[in-house]
Amino acid sequence: MNLPLSNHAYGEHALVLPPDDPTSHDDADISMETRLRMYRMLQEMRQFEKRAYDLFMQQLVKGTTHLSLGMEAVAAGFGAAMDTDDYTFATYRGHAHTLARGVPMEGVLAELLGRANGLLGGKGGSMHLTSVEHKVMGSYAIIGAHLTIANGAAWSAQYRRSGQVAVCFFGDGTTNIGAFHEALNYAAVFKLPVVFVCENNQYMEYTAIGDITAVRRPAADRAPAYGLEPIVVDGNDADAVHLVAAEALAHARSGKGPVMVEALTYRHGGHSRADPGKYKPPGELEAWLAYDPIKVYRGRLERLGVAAADIDAINAEVAAAVDEATEAAKNGPLPDPRAAFTDVWADGGHQWRS
Amino acid sequence: MAILTYREAVARGIAQEMERDDSVVLIGEDVAGAGGVFKTSAGLLERFGPERVIDTPIAEQAILGAAMGAAMTGLRPIAEIMFSDFFAVCWDLVVNEMAKTRYMTNGQVTIPLVVKSGNGGSLRFGAQHSQSIENWAMAVPGIKVVAPSTPEDVVGLMAAAVRSDDPVLFFEHKGLYSSKGEVPDGPIVDELGTARVRRPGKDATVVALGLMVSRALAAAEQLAERGIDCEVIDLRSLVPLDAATVLESLGRTGRLFTVEENPRMLGWGSELVAIAGDDGFWDLDGPIVRITTPHIPLASADSLEDLMIPSVDRIRDEIEQALKP
Repeated sequence: MNLPLSNHAYGEHALVLPPDDPTSHDDADISMETRLRMYRMLQEMRQFEKRAYDLFMQQLVKGTTHLSLGMEAVAAGFGAAMDTDDYTFATYRGHAHTLARGVPMEGVLAELLGRANGLLGGKGGSMHLTSVEHKVMGSYAIIGAHLTIANGAAWSAQYRRSGQVAVCFFGDGTTNIGAFHEALNYAAVFKLPVVFVCENNQYMEYTAIGDITAVRRPAADRAPAYGLEPIVVDGNDADAVHLVAAEALAHARSGKGPVMVEALTYRHGGHSRADPGKYKPPGELEAWLAYDPIKVYRGRLERLGVAAADIDAINAEVAAAVDEATEAAKNGPLPDPRAAFTDVWADGGHQWRS
Repeated sequence: MAILTYREAVARGIAQEMERDDSVVLIGEDVAGAGGVFKTSAGLLERFGPERVIDTPIAEQAILGAAMGAAMTGLRPIAEIMFSDFFAVCWDLVVNEMAKTRYMTNGQVTIPLVVKSGNGGSLRFGAQHSQSIENWAMAVPGIKVVAPSTPEDVVGLMAAAVRSDDPVLFFEHKGLYSSKGEVPDGPIVDELGTARVRRPGKDATVVALGLMVSRALAAAEQLAERGIDCEVIDLRSLVPLDAATVLESLGRTGRLFTVEENPRMLGWGSELVAIAGDDGFWDLDGPIVRITTPHIPLASADSLEDLMIPSVDRIRDEIEQALKP
C-alpha cells in the first residue's frame, strides 16, 4: 500500500524548483514588437488580478476567484501566437486567457462584481468568462469536459475547412479525470486541429500533483499513449511558451492533428480565495517568486536594450487602464431582475410549459 | 404514403435533415459502418459519406463534448448515446454544459444539437439497459426533451429537434423500434412542445408517453366495451410541456390518469399532477391516478419485467377501479 501521506506529512513533499537561467531565451527569434506586446499582456493580467484580489477583500467581488498570479506567461505566450479566428477554451482560472484575446478589462471586472456591464451580464461570473466576439468560447468550471468541447470546435473548423485551431487550457489536476483521456484519444483518432495546454502549477487544488499522479509529468507523460509528442516547456518564460505555441498551432493548422503541451509553472496563491496555500514546502514559493514571469521578462527586455523608463511607462499605462476598468465596473448598474429569466432558451425566454 | 418501422423512421428523419442542410452531421458508437446497433442510421453512411456519418470510440463524454463544441461553432450535430442509461457517464456534459452555457454566457452561445438515444424497457435487457430516464432530463432547466411514439412523429419531431436552436434530448423507445406506422411522403416537420389527442373521449383523460401510448390506447378500447370513454393524450414532449392540451381535456372529462414507464418517484406524471392541482383543481371530479412502474430497478426476467412496467390489463383495471361509482 502507498497512501499519499504515508511517507511524508502534508506539505512536506519534495520541493519543485523553477529553472535557474532567465537568459535562456534572450536570443529567441521573436520580434521586439511581439515581445513588448507580451510584456504588456503580462502586466495586464498581473495588475488586473491584483485588483480583483483587492476588490474581493473589499467584498465587492463575491463568491470566489481563482487567480493565476505567477502563471501569466502561458496565457501571454499563446495569446500572442494565436490567430484572431482561433478558439480559446479556458477554465475557472481563466482571467488571463480571456484578457490575452483582447477582451476589455471593464467587462471582465464588472462580471466579477456582478454588474450589468459585465461580460456575461452578471449571469456567469468569474468562472465562466466567455466572449464569442473574441473567440473566447468559454471558461469551464468542472474539469475535463471542456477538452471534449474544444474537440468539437476543432472538428467544426476541420469540417468547415476554416483553418482555425482550438486551444484548450487546463490544469495538472485535469489529467487524472476520465474526460481528459477520452478527449485525447478522440482528438488523435480524428486528427483534430486542437492544442491542449496543461498548466502544471504543481498543485491540483490543495494537494501536490506528484502525490496523486502515477507519472512525473502529468500531461506530457500521458501524451505518448495517444500517439502525441511529450512536449514540456518552461511556463514562466513567455518567449519559451510563445515559440512552442507557434509550432503547436502550425502543426495543428496543417492537418497533422492535435498537440499536447505541458507548461511548468507555479501558482503564487492558493487554489481559490478559501485556500491560504499552507501545503507549500518552505522555500518553494520564494524560489518561484525569484523566477516570476514578469521579473524574467522585464530582465530580458532590459538586456535587449529596452529602457527601464519605457518599461515603466507600459506598467503605468496598464495601471491607468485597470483603474479606469475598476471605476467603470464599480459604477456599473446591478443587473435588471428580469435578466434572471432570459436566455434559458434560444428564443430568449425561459418558458417550459403552456 | 409509406409503411415504415419506427427504426426506419429515425433514419428517414435524419436523412431528411442531412439532405436539406450540410451542417447536419451524425456521430456515435457504431452509427456509421454498422448503421447503428438498433439500425436507426442504416444507409446514412452510404448516402452521406464518412465526413458526415462518423463512428466514434466508446467515449460518451467525448461524443457529447464534440457535438457541443461543434454546435457552438456552426454545425448542427446529431449525437447518439446508444442506450439512454449511458447518459450517466456523460451527464456532466448534458446538465452542466449544454443546459447552462447559453444562460451563463448571457445568450452569447447557441447550441443547436440533438442527442438521440434508445430509451425504455420491455426488451429483457435488465436494470442497466432498460431505464426510462426522460424524467432525469426534464428536471434540468435548459434541455428540451421529446419522446415520440409513432414513426410519423419520429420523422417530424426529429426534424423539429434538428432545426431547434436549443439542445434537444430525443428519446427513441427501444420497445417501439420494430413497430410500424404510416408515414406521409415528402418532408415532415413537426413542432416541439405539442401533445396529440390520439383518441377523443369524454369520461377520463389518460396521458401517456412513448411505449405507454399504444398500451393506453389498447386499454381505452377495452374500457370502451365496458362503457368507459377515455381520451388518450400522447404527450410527445416533456420540455416544453403541453400542459394546455392536458388541462383542456381535463376540463371536459373531470378525471386525470397518467401512464408512465419511469419509476414512480418524480416521474413526469408528478409534475403533471402538480400542474393539475395548480391550474385544473376545480375541474377534478375525483382523485388523480398515476399508473407507473414501481420505484424499483427493472429485473431482466420477462415474467418480472412484465409485472413491473404498466401493461394494458393493469392500465385498464386501474382506470376502471378508479372510475367505479
